[in-house]
Amino acid sequence: MLFYTAQRLVLSVVIVMVAVSILTLMLHVVPGDPAVMILGPRATPELIERTREAMGLDRPLPVQVAMFFANILRGDLGQDVFTGRAVSQIVLEQLPYTMILISVAILWSAACGIALGAYSALRRNTWLDTLSGVVSVGTISIPAFVMALYSVLIFAVWLGWLPAIGAGDGFWDGITHLILPAFAIGVAWVGYVSRIVRASMLEVMTQPHVRMARAFGLPERRITRSHILKIAVLPAVTLIGTGVAHLFSAAVFVEVIFARPGIGALLVGAVNERNYPIVLGAVLITTGIIVLATLISDLVVALLDPRQREEF
Amino acid sequence: MATHATATATEEPLVAVEGLSVDFDTPRGTIQALRDIDLTVPKGKVLGIVGESGCGKSTLAYSLIGLLAENARVAGGAIRMGEHDLARLGAAGWRDLRGTRVAMIFQDPMTALNPVTTIGQQMLDIQYRDRISRSEKRARAVEFLEQVQIPDAASKLDAYPHQLSGGMRQRVCIAMALLTQPDLLIADEPTTALDATLEMQIVALLRELQQKFGCSVVFVSHHLGTVAELCDDVAVMYAGEVVERGSARSLFHDPQHPYTQALLDCDPARIKIATRTLPTIPGTLPDLRQPPRGCAFRARCPHAWGRCEREHPPLYPGAAGQRVRCHLSDPAEDAA
Ligand SMILES: Nc1ncnc2c1ncn2[C@@H]1O[C@H](COP(=O)(O)OP(=O)(O)O)[C@@H](O)[C@H]1O
Ligand SMILES: [Mg+2]
Repeated sequence: MLFYTAQRLVLSVVIVMVAVSILTLMLHVVPGDPAVMILGPRATPELIERTREAMGLDRPLPVQVAMFFANILRGDLGQDVFTGRAVSQIVLEQLPYTMILISVAILWSAACGIALGAYSALRRNTWLDTLSGVVSVGTISIPAFVMALYSVLIFAVWLGWLPAIGAGDGFWDGITHLILPAFAIGVAWVGYVSRIVRASMLEVMTQPHVRMARAFGLPERRITRSHILKIAVLPAVTLIGTGVAHLFSAAVFVEVIFARPGIGALLVGAVNERNYPIVLGAVLITTGIIVLATLISDLVVALLDPRQREEF
Repeated sequence: MATHATATATEEPLVAVEGLSVDFDTPRGTIQALRDIDLTVPKGKVLGIVGESGCGKSTLAYSLIGLLAENARVAGGAIRMGEHDLARLGAAGWRDLRGTRVAMIFQDPMTALNPVTTIGQQMLDIQYRDRISRSEKRARAVEFLEQVQIPDAASKLDAYPHQLSGGMRQRVCIAMALLTQPDLLIADEPTTALDATLEMQIVALLRELQQKFGCSVVFVSHHLGTVAELCDDVAVMYAGEVVERGSARSLFHDPQHPYTQALLDCDPARIKIATRTLPTIPGTLPDLRQPPRGCAFRARCPHAWGRCEREHPPLYPGAAGQRVRCHLSDPAEDAA
């Protein structure tokens, strides 16, 4: 297990490095010069040139990437071009809002998805199974921002049950402000998780070891739990691990719609302003978290399934 | 049961299958997989079930432990075991019998164990009914792993199935089955997935442990050599019917049914003349959706004549005390 963890860790670092390199390159393809943005339309060519120099934008691309790496290793993600504050600090201020939103969305959707999937598999071909299938596919095909808009409209505007704007102050207020955004992001994942759990349960249920467990007269609930579900959740864990990337992109829309602080809102603002260091910093941290999420899901799978530990 | 044993009760079989018929409902029709099976499993003896693949051996084995597929239906007959009729037993009734009086060993040891749970935990789980401490259950698990001659048994409790070889896994399955101290042990081709040397080891082990524990065994195989080695009685199945049954000795030394004779002729261990390819019985199994009206083996039988097409043969008494479903064994035929 230790060796496996070390291997996965090295792989993760490589992935982050490749992602950062690609990102720096991509920013240069997007039109709009960060130096021009900072200085405004009336800046003289000399001034623009000097700012570009100060930001390192005049250097060859590989040098820029190398410099960026060197700075990251020192914990320096550069400065906000407008306020001069450290990017790392700005990003870390916003990060908890997004992390809480995504974590809550994952937790509730995974719990509901696994329960719904398991129920459908055990009661397959009943009308409840059919209904859950239709609802799941329905929620999967609705984008998170549409879900967000309608949930604001229904629960905040019409019914007035829940707040629609901001992240709230204090614990309880924070929770009431979390419900709608976490619902909007998570609801599609209830569909994804329940479909995959149902399919993999139906497959595991036909495996010979389940028949063997029955041959020993084990209680049906125990068979479901430790012979079927324990194996059937494995693909769902992998799915959720890779799904964190999608949750981040959903969070971007949802944070804007709910005027909620967070990485998504920060990123949208920074892109509009061509606030180059903040975009890079925010995307870097996000990439790191996505890779970390994949790593964690791989380790959870390895923890649940001993066969995985000895591969690679 | 054993406490009530009297002189007459010892002659009574452990299980009596009486006219059992099992159908499978499929989209393309009803498969009559078992038709009017009559069998007895004597107490403390080994009954072998042989026949080509597809002739209903597994269906019979699974019906003895109530694990038939969902599309299976008992169309008639009974399976008597003590006061129970296993053919009509409900889910709760089965849970009380499985893992206490009836246990089973499966064909493929590679997939029979839960891949994500240790051997030890699986052996503890099946003792869930016993009111003894966890450490006593572990000790029992080690004891039975030693019974099946697994080296360094205590350390295997923490192993996962994939860390053991196929032969070792099948030993674990045998240990688990015996741990529950069943009256009836069903083994559905337990050695088919193993290579020949392992097969002989496992068969020898089964024989030894069967004698030690005194349980009855139903041993399914398509390999006559292993059946001859292990079994007291043998039933030969063809197309969902028992075509010949009797003591192993009588069947192997004086087979009466042309199908039994053909099976013996095809057994690699008995072939005396070197050939390039293994001999097989020409022809194929009849369609079990519409079993033939007369004798099921008629189309492949070298001796078939008109009566075989018209009349379904009953089980006639054979020369060496066996029962034979073939008109050739009809005493009236001899007289004619
Ligand atoms: N679940 C099932 N549904 C439909 N047909 C089945 C099913 N299981 C077995 N059969 C059919 O029943 C017959 C007997 O099968 P089986 O008992 O597995 O034979 P054996 O174990 O002797 O190879 C075969 O024709 C097989 O195709
Ligand atoms: Mg079979």
